[in-house]
Amino acid sequence: MHNLSNVQLTGKRRKMTDSVLYFLIYLCAAFSVFLLAAIIIYVFLRGIRNVNWGFLTSVTSARRGTVGIAGNIVNTVMIIFLTMILATPIGVGAAIYLNEYAKPGRLVNLIEFATETLSGIPSIIFGLFGMMFFGQTLGLGYSLLTGSLTLILMVLPQITRNTQEALKTVPDSYRQGAVGLGSGKWHTIRTILLPSAMPGIVTGVILAIGRIVGESAALLFTAGSAKTLPKTLAAFFPKVFQSGGTMTVQLYLFATSEGKFDAAFGIALVLLILVFLINLGTKRLAARFDVMRKK
Amino acid sequence: MKNKVKKNAAEASARYIAAFCAVIAIFAVVSITVYMIIKGTPAFASVGVPELLLGTIWKPTAAKPAYGIFYIILSSVAGTAASVLIGVPVGLLTAVFLTEISNRHLAAVVQPAVELLAAIPSVIYGLLGLMLLNPFMYRLEKIFFASSDTHQFTGGSNMISAVIVLAVMILPTVVSVSASAIRSVPDDLRAASLALGASRIQTIFKVTIPAAKSGIMTGVVLGIGRALGEAMAINMVAGGSVNLPLPFNSVRFLTTQLVSEMGYAEGVHRQVLFSVGLVLYVFIMIVNLVLQKLRKEAKENA
Repeated sequence: MHNLSNVQLTGKRRKMTDSVLYFLIYLCAAFSVFLLAAIIIYVFLRGIRNVNWGFLTSVTSARRGTVGIAGNIVNTVMIIFLTMILATPIGVGAAIYLNEYAKPGRLVNLIEFATETLSGIPSIIFGLFGMMFFGQTLGLGYSLLTGSLTLILMVLPQITRNTQEALKTVPDSYRQGAVGLGSGKWHTIRTILLPSAMPGIVTGVILAIGRIVGESAALLFTAGSAKTLPKTLAAFFPKVFQSGGTMTVQLYLFATSEGKFDAAFGIALVLLILVFLINLGTKRLAARFDVMRKK
Repeated sequence: MKNKVKKNAAEASARYIAAFCAVIAIFAVVSITVYMIIKGTPAFASVGVPELLLGTIWKPTAAKPAYGIFYIILSSVAGTAASVLIGVPVGLLTAVFLTEISNRHLAAVVQPAVELLAAIPSVIYGLLGLMLLNPFMYRLEKIFFASSDTHQFTGGSNMISAVIVLAVMILPTVVSVSASAIRSVPDDLRAASLALGASRIQTIFKVTIPAAKSGIMTGVVLGIGRALGEAMAINMVAGGSVNLPLPFNSVRFLTTQLVSEMGYAEGVHRQVLFSVGLVLYVFIMIVNLVLQKLRKEAKENA
């Protein structure tokens, strides 16, 4: 009898603990959703008043009394272009080597270790290194090029890893078939493996672009913060060697030293829309990729 | 014939070009490490190791400058620890929700929300912290320290704000890594536990989570790395005086020290900032090594 009531008691207590934990689990899950909703709504409400055609197409100028981020948009696009045009072939090449050419051994372990390490280094360290090495040692100073070279190191692991994953999903029979038909290894890679792995590679590239769009710490001391807009088409080329702040860097300056919070929220809204679109894009791609695999 | 020669050349060179691309990662890590050491060590000689690492006074531009970064190191460690203490439980429970509790429809809302939180640039978190958290903290500060003569008012830019922002920023990492660790626990374990009469909650906390321990630890360590390395967001909300890391103090972290002073520092001051970078780098490397060891263990267990 005594025992039985004890069992009852623990049963009740157990039910209590269970409900408390259920409640906490639901609470935590709801937190993320509410937080995201709050961020979106707040940034939208505060930003929408400032985002208009003039904001997007003009340059901040005290003389003309305009506040605009056109220069920062151009800088962001140029940095993305400069970074990806070098980082993509290097990252894909590295993945090809690791997956298709290299035999397991010390070199491969070392490369994988280095790639892992690189992906764990915070962007402020990349910024510091970029400033010292590309900026000072190589004499590139504060420039879009210094910023891009720094970012290459930062996004490289992402592209390598995504390409590797994509190459791993290409069935071995494709490789054997191609070699059986007398194709060389590089020919197989170029005509069979890379096209099959393309969705994965593109996903990696888009994710890397997303990372660049949101990056600020690695760019503050490498690409600087200039916000002028090249006046002629010919002026775009020398811009590579000149300082230029991306949208995130400008947001930081607006919100701190310049104290222009409305403009900061304007950029924040533009950035939010951009990163959400990028996120959606990669999701779509991944979904399509999956469907193709299942067939 | 000519075509074939060309083809062979391409076949032969492709291998080496690919190898070169792969080796760049090694070059990058080696040169970053070498540069951090070369630039980061001179200040230890000119200022002195104990004065630098254990000194508590930071007056780089005074007539008699002092370069103690002890409080800065302490703030980074304390801030990271506190944000992990908040972020990990919330993240783990969210992961439990996604993998064990939720139906498909709810997961289809929570999962993308977590992913989008990860995609938000850190300057936006900083801006929101600056506009929403700091004023709230200032109100609390005015209540708590109304009768204090010694407290330096910060306007709300304090340690708590930074910790909250950090906790939110590491949340997505913890959620996604823990969720995949929990997913990889075999269903037999759950079934066995339920068959023995354990409730769903008991099964989750006594069986599933312990079984996913190494994967969850990976998420925790990744979160630690994130929190240690975050710079811009917390620079906007933490104030920026070199102080003991108390909740309502304005504080400096290793990262924010670099962000806020690298732009104008000269001479020994600049050298010391590079040493701050080196200290941060050493911390990050330790975290990285632990992480890789954990991953290796998880792989061997699988």
